[in-house]
Amino acid sequence: MGPARDVAVVAFAQSDHRRRTDELSEVEMLMPVLHEVLDRTGLKTSDIGFTCSGSSDYLAGRAFSFTMALDGVGAWPPIAESHVEMDGAWALYEAWVKILTGEADTALVYSYGKSSPGEVRDVLTRQLDPYYLAPLWPDSVALAALQAQALIDAGDTDEPALAAIAARSRDSAAANPHAQVRGSRPQGDYLVRPLRTGDCPPVGDGAAAVILAAGDAARGLCERPAWIRGMDHRIEAHGLGVRDLTDSPSARLAAERAGAFELPHGLKGTGGAPTVDTAELHAPFSSQEVVLRKALRLDGTVRVNPSGGALAANPVMAAGLIRIGEAAAAIHRGESDRALAHATSGPCLQQNLVAVLEGEPS
Amino acid sequence: MPEVLSAPLVVEFPFTRSLGPVQSAFLTGLRERTVLGVRTVDGRTLVPPVEYDPATAEELRDLVEVAATGTVTTWAWNPSPRRGQPLERPFAWVLVRLDGADTALLHALDAPGPDAVRTGMRVRVRWAPERVGAITDIACFEPYESEEAGQPAPHTGEFTDPVTGIVAPARLDYTYSPGRAQAGYIEALADRRTVGERCPACRKVYVPPRGACPTCGVATDERVEVGPAGTVTTYCIVNIKAKNLDIEVPYVYAHIALDGADLALHGRIGGIPYDQVRMGLRVEPVWSEGGRHPDHYRPTGEPDADYDTYKELI
Ligand SMILES: [Zn+2]
Repeated sequence: MGPARDVAVVAFAQSDHRRRTDELSEVEMLMPVLHEVLDRTGLKTSDIGFTCSGSSDYLAGRAFSFTMALDGVGAWPPIAESHVEMDGAWALYEAWVKILTGEADTALVYSYGKSSPGEVRDVLTRQLDPYYLAPLWPDSVALAALQAQALIDAGDTDEPALAAIAARSRDSAAANPHAQVRGSRPQGDYLVRPLRTGDCPPVGDGAAAVILAAGDAARGLCERPAWIRGMDHRIEAHGLGVRDLTDSPSARLAAERAGAFELPHGLKGTGGAPTVDTAELHAPFSSQEVVLRKALRLDGTVRVNPSGGALAANPVMAAGLIRIGEAAAAIHRGESDRALAHATSGPCLQQNLVAVLEGEPS
Repeated sequence: MPEVLSAPLVVEFPFTRSLGPVQSAFLTGLRERTVLGVRTVDGRTLVPPVEYDPATAEELRDLVEVAATGTVTTWAWNPSPRRGQPLERPFAWVLVRLDGADTALLHALDAPGPDAVRTGMRVRVRWAPERVGAITDIACFEPYESEEAGQPAPHTGEFTDPVTGIVAPARLDYTYSPGRAQAGYIEALADRRTVGERCPACRKVYVPPRGACPTCGVATDERVEVGPAGTVTTYCIVNIKAKNLDIEVPYVYAHIALDGADLALHGRIGGIPYDQVRMGLRVEPVWSEGGRHPDHYRPTGEPDADYDTYKELI
């Protein structure tokens, strides 16, 4: 059974991601992005049926920081609003469900993260279990490096192949004015072996916003809406030693439930595997793209991360929402007919969200 | 463009957690140099143990003892250890499958360099000299050539004086920057002035300014000096002395609408008995020597403000 209503991404905006934004508060960084999606659709904040955001207090080191950011959407008189302490992709999932149930016809989804005030490698250790992992302070690069070595041992990749993924991502980002790291750059030294600087995402600040709308409302707001044909998210065991780090069964299951492996909905007869032409993967580390390509069965015919992906800009809490936004924007521009968008959270691809977006034949 | 303000911000807390029966047995076991795992219904042994099966969510209580020797299943060489990590010199992060276990434990491996580490190498636990019932009771692993040893042995999980909780200290260091609007507010306070910002749409003046109008959702941009005097719009009487707070109770904490502001800010009221503070009372800031914000507000002696002049700000 398909979704009860047709829901589409009708607008997407993102900030220019930068290493530091000391001169801006979170809401000051976020506001231009919110105004951009509203301007693009002609909607006012009072027209929006539901607002949902994603961010993390641990990045800024301040409690309830999302309430400050709410000033940027005009939260008085009271609006229907929610927040996830996760990447904005999960906020978008909540908004999608809200529209599917008929409780709203439009939704504003935004997320932001300023990694510059702290040490993001240390900050992310606080999402680990407090009994067996957090007391050892294993940072995000270290955990990704364990996964990378497991892939190398399994013969799934090697260091030159990882370097090629990093180089391709940053070459693609050359055409993306928002990206933080663009064009070729050296792979650099080992940060945590086998991962070199080039295999790891840049640390930076940024924000993104998306507007969702249902049915005819979507057609009125966007020339070629990016219809969400399916979306699902799945999680695996927290303990890294319980999982096969070379695989991502949760990403595969989410993709399956989102319909990524089925024949296109609106383009009957053109299907087959793979059934998407574009994939925006949230793979902050080059090695994670290897895992995701395998789990999602992406072959050489699929354009992967034409935006440059998270290796070119990784504003924590926004990078996943940006994957959905970039996939939708490719459909808006007519560059893609059916795109897969992926977001991740947790160590070593612990949680994965997959959305399948589709444009109507023009 | 004013200079960007910044200041160190340290978030530090003792993360205090209670342990369930399985985690309690495991961490107490480490204190006694005993490594416990837990059996799943399908016969696998999970080390470190968990209370519910990661695949089926079934409750797990069947404890077993495994060896303190094991095999590296994957590793990563850490050339620059960070604060809090197990070793201060370069080391390898490792996942180790202890002999008798089916899953792997994350920890550090003390080795001379990356060339001395490989997947499949044999290692053993190096115990911390002083153990308290925490994962750090394993100081690290060290290389140890040995044959893989036997099967897990049943264990009651019972120890004298079991550990029932842990305190995991957490500390994160930040450099906080308040952004454009709040920086302007803080800079003005240095001159003992209070500034807000006016919304270009609804014309309201917000103080302290945060850079956005929460009603209109647009950037506030026009800086407006407000006060120094203001009106108490509402208040409460505090009767409990806060830790490290050098103020006698009871005292009055109030919302104060500074003249020219459309939002009341918070402040303590002094210079008047607590039971004589009232809505409408006119007050002015009192600065302490070297203070970076008003210490408190005291009555100006003016007649009380008329209710209609501040009722919208309550
Ligand atoms: Zn306003």
